[in-house]
Amino acid sequence: MSKDLFRAGSRAKSDCSVTYERNGAPLTATVSSSVGSLFGKAIAAAALRVAAEFGVMTGSFTIDDDGALDGTVAARAEASLRLAGFSRIPEAVPAQAPLADAPAAARPANARAASPRGRPRRARLYLPGDQPHLAVNAGLFGADCLVFDLEDAVVAERKFETRILVRRVLEENLMLGNCEIAVRVNPLSGPWGKDDLAEIVKARPHAIVLPKCESAADVENADREISILEEAAGVPAGSIYLMPLIETAAGALNAKEIAKASPRNVALLFGREDFSRDIGAVPVAALPGAESLLARQMIVLAARAARIDPLDSTYADVGDEEGLKASCEEARALGFAGKGVLHPAQIPIVMEAFRPTEEEVMRAEKIVAAFDAAAAEGRGAISVDGAMVDAPVAKKARGILRDYRGAL
Amino acid sequence: MEWNTTSLGRVVPAEIDGKKLTPFAGAFADPRAAAVSSERSDQRAAAAAAPSMRQTLRPIPSRGRPVKLVSGWNDLFDRLELRDGATISFHHHLRDGDRIVLEVVSRLAARGLRGLRIAPTALFPVHEGLLPFIRSGVVARVEGSMYGAIGAACSKGEIPELCVLRSHGGRQRAVQEGELVIDAAFIAAPCADPFGNANGLSGKSACGPLGYALPDSQNARKVAVITDGLVPYPCHHWSIKGANVDYVLEVESIGDSAKIVSGSTKLTRSPTQLLIADMTARFIEAAGIMKEGFSFQAGAGGISLAATVFLAERMRKAGVKASFAHGGATKVLVDLLEEGLLGSIVDLQSFDLDAALSCARDPRHIESDPFSSYGPRSAGCVANMLDVAILGATEVDLDFNVNVNTHSDGLLLHGIGGHTDAASGAGCTIITAPSFRKRIPIVRERVTTLTCPGEVVDVIVTERGIAINPARPDLIERSCRAGLPLVDLPRLMEDVRKITGIPEAPRFKDRPVALIEWRDGTVIDVVRELDL
Repeated sequence: MSKDLFRAGSRAKSDCSVTYERNGAPLTATVSSSVGSLFGKAIAAAALRVAAEFGVMTGSFTIDDDGALDGTVAARAEASLRLAGFSRIPEAVPAQAPLADAPAAARPANARAASPRGRPRRARLYLPGDQPHLAVNAGLFGADCLVFDLEDAVVAERKFETRILVRRVLEENLMLGNCEIAVRVNPLSGPWGKDDLAEIVKARPHAIVLPKCESAADVENADREISILEEAAGVPAGSIYLMPLIETAAGALNAKEIAKASPRNVALLFGREDFSRDIGAVPVAALPGAESLLARQMIVLAARAARIDPLDSTYADVGDEEGLKASCEEARALGFAGKGVLHPAQIPIVMEAFRPTEEEVMRAEKIVAAFDAAAAEGRGAISVDGAMVDAPVAKKARGILRDYRGAL
Repeated sequence: MEWNTTSLGRVVPAEIDGKKLTPFAGAFADPRAAAVSSERSDQRAAAAAAPSMRQTLRPIPSRGRPVKLVSGWNDLFDRLELRDGATISFHHHLRDGDRIVLEVVSRLAARGLRGLRIAPTALFPVHEGLLPFIRSGVVARVEGSMYGAIGAACSKGEIPELCVLRSHGGRQRAVQEGELVIDAAFIAAPCADPFGNANGLSGKSACGPLGYALPDSQNARKVAVITDGLVPYPCHHWSIKGANVDYVLEVESIGDSAKIVSGSTKLTRSPTQLLIADMTARFIEAAGIMKEGFSFQAGAGGISLAATVFLAERMRKAGVKASFAHGGATKVLVDLLEEGLLGSIVDLQSFDLDAALSCARDPRHIESDPFSSYGPRSAGCVANMLDVAILGATEVDLDFNVNVNTHSDGLLLHGIGGHTDAASGAGCTIITAPSFRKRIPIVRERVTTLTCPGEVVDVIVTERGIAINPARPDLIERSCRAGLPLVDLPRLMEDVRKITGIPEAPRFKDRPVALIEWRDGTVIDVVRELDL
């Protein structure tokens, strides 16, 4: 490619490629699109708006599109301009008032609702960050958590444009439902991780998934880095959670320290594929999960001791429902609170496997009733069937009822 | 050109080629009924004058065995005596594997014929080969489903005469009433005898039923059976009766059997399609439709097929069996039949080899035809026996009107199929569609082309919720009680626009390029030439 041509994106379904050519002529945008007769003008306008944000008045955009939404076009245009060396002019950056302190009416319509620390995280759906068509409906499938992946799902050449795309998707926040929104960045020790954080923190995800965590220091570094970025972006300090992902022998051995390394931690994740590779295991079908049994138990213990959620790995064979079911049952038996999924079709199976038993729901009903009755009489802690019930126990019981009473 | 306005506000031509057209007046208004019945009594009085009463024109056969077998294509064409402007018809049971349409048209072109009107029951991508004949003037009109490139050519004004799109039932009615007069029907048959009895159940090109060709065999002026599976008289199973057939031609091959039965019955992996299918099945159960002995129709599209699978799961769990399914038969339906979840399959056409084989071997797999399945002038048809039909759409609008013909950019890309016939007959009509495709919203203020009136559409299922026609408070109440995610269409349209933006409107010229006919022969809408 000539030194004056800068291209981002590709002409895939619901995506586009944007090529910016640096020249002295007044800025133009040429669109060729499968939806050109319906959205040609909108596509050009989306690119030109980005140029205005960057104060770019000259050159030309060539856009080859197959139904990308405006946010995707904008992300590709932004990436092409930044490759050309432009940067956003400061006054175009959104208002920096801390959103949480603003009255509800003053918040932008697309502000994300907070995600309670103790919310359920049964099914977390991984979405390759560079495939915008997957993001559009991702919030509809009933996952508790969406994880936009900048790491393993994205090849090196696309890391740059993908983090911009994911930032724009999160900023638009059009269709992500009530899911907890997380982004898996690249390891901070590598060439991309810090740039990922710098891009993504601005868009205020609920959580960052931190891969290849091997020590408390890995988490502490990320915490520090995020704190600096939060302040710079006007994001309330400490509001972004961390989910350390353990996928090496060293990480498993340090699980206890990792789990306690930051107050941002809300969950401890296990990554099976990388772990098996790291320890040189050759898994056999007759002993499913044997290679990682101890590591996973250590993660459960570490997370539970730190009062955060232990979350199991994904189940890679997307077509194998029975295998997934068995794997979920095993995870639940070990004490995990959820599992990763690679395809939305896996979500109902995971949700079903991690649903409370009928006994648990009935007990929750009893607890809530007793707690409310006691509260009405001004008493705080009570006992139900001989077990102590205080506010956190009652809160958890309410959560179970909210999610499952109707379903029984 | 003079214009009329339909009861739904669409402006349609009052007259074409000197023939008066009746505007659509309601799904069951049937304003032409009086005219049709008087034509019928006239026909009895002056049968010979009615060109459609072909049977009366045939001389009484002489003694002995008629010789119908012709020696080759030229022999056949010599006997058919086709002239410029003749109307020739085809069926679409061979789907994308068909070789006969292009064979016939190119041979007639070589014989110097021009201005032909072709009246297929449907066209497929393989028929894009007709384009050069359209551009050179050999083909002047298409009366039948147009697909892809042919439809696009029609939209761009490349087909000289006005085309007509009819549903399967509507086409059968037009043939029966003599409105669509066929000079020669070319019936490709995987199995036939020298007398002209024919079926699609055996032979190397077996395709299952052959019913779409039945009305043509009964009403065309001349009928030719083209076969690559000639058997001695009498062939077993007469889908097409030799008594209606004038000529039989044996050829090497009528089609590419790998494409006749496409076999793409793999369940969709699209999460959005699966979600819509799951909601559709949930609705059918929650609405009380899924009860012992109920019946359904679902096509072979990704969503329909998945909805059938999910519905079957619910039937199994609830211990409910269906009396029959109407198809478009697929392996999915055949498996349900063999499992015992279906009493029978009533089949107009097989979509895959499993269905074709089942139709040949299982007496519960019943071969149908467009009159029995969809006939508007029947005394009730299979569609009337359906409790629920699951259909698709390219667009829907706030009045539940459905477009299946054009895309939002105005291009004509699909036929009607059995859509309007099933919708008009079934107890509950469900449209399944994603709320947008790529970035094109499916829910519109007004559909670009009005194929099916909201009057016969009860439910629209999208991935963002279920919209129920206010005319069906019974369905709304049951769905609410079951906690289904109901949406209203204006709200859904707004939500989707926030994601996609609002598309520009396509620009049309005044000239209509195709009529969209309602089942009763009235004109419900037109497709106009695109102003590119």
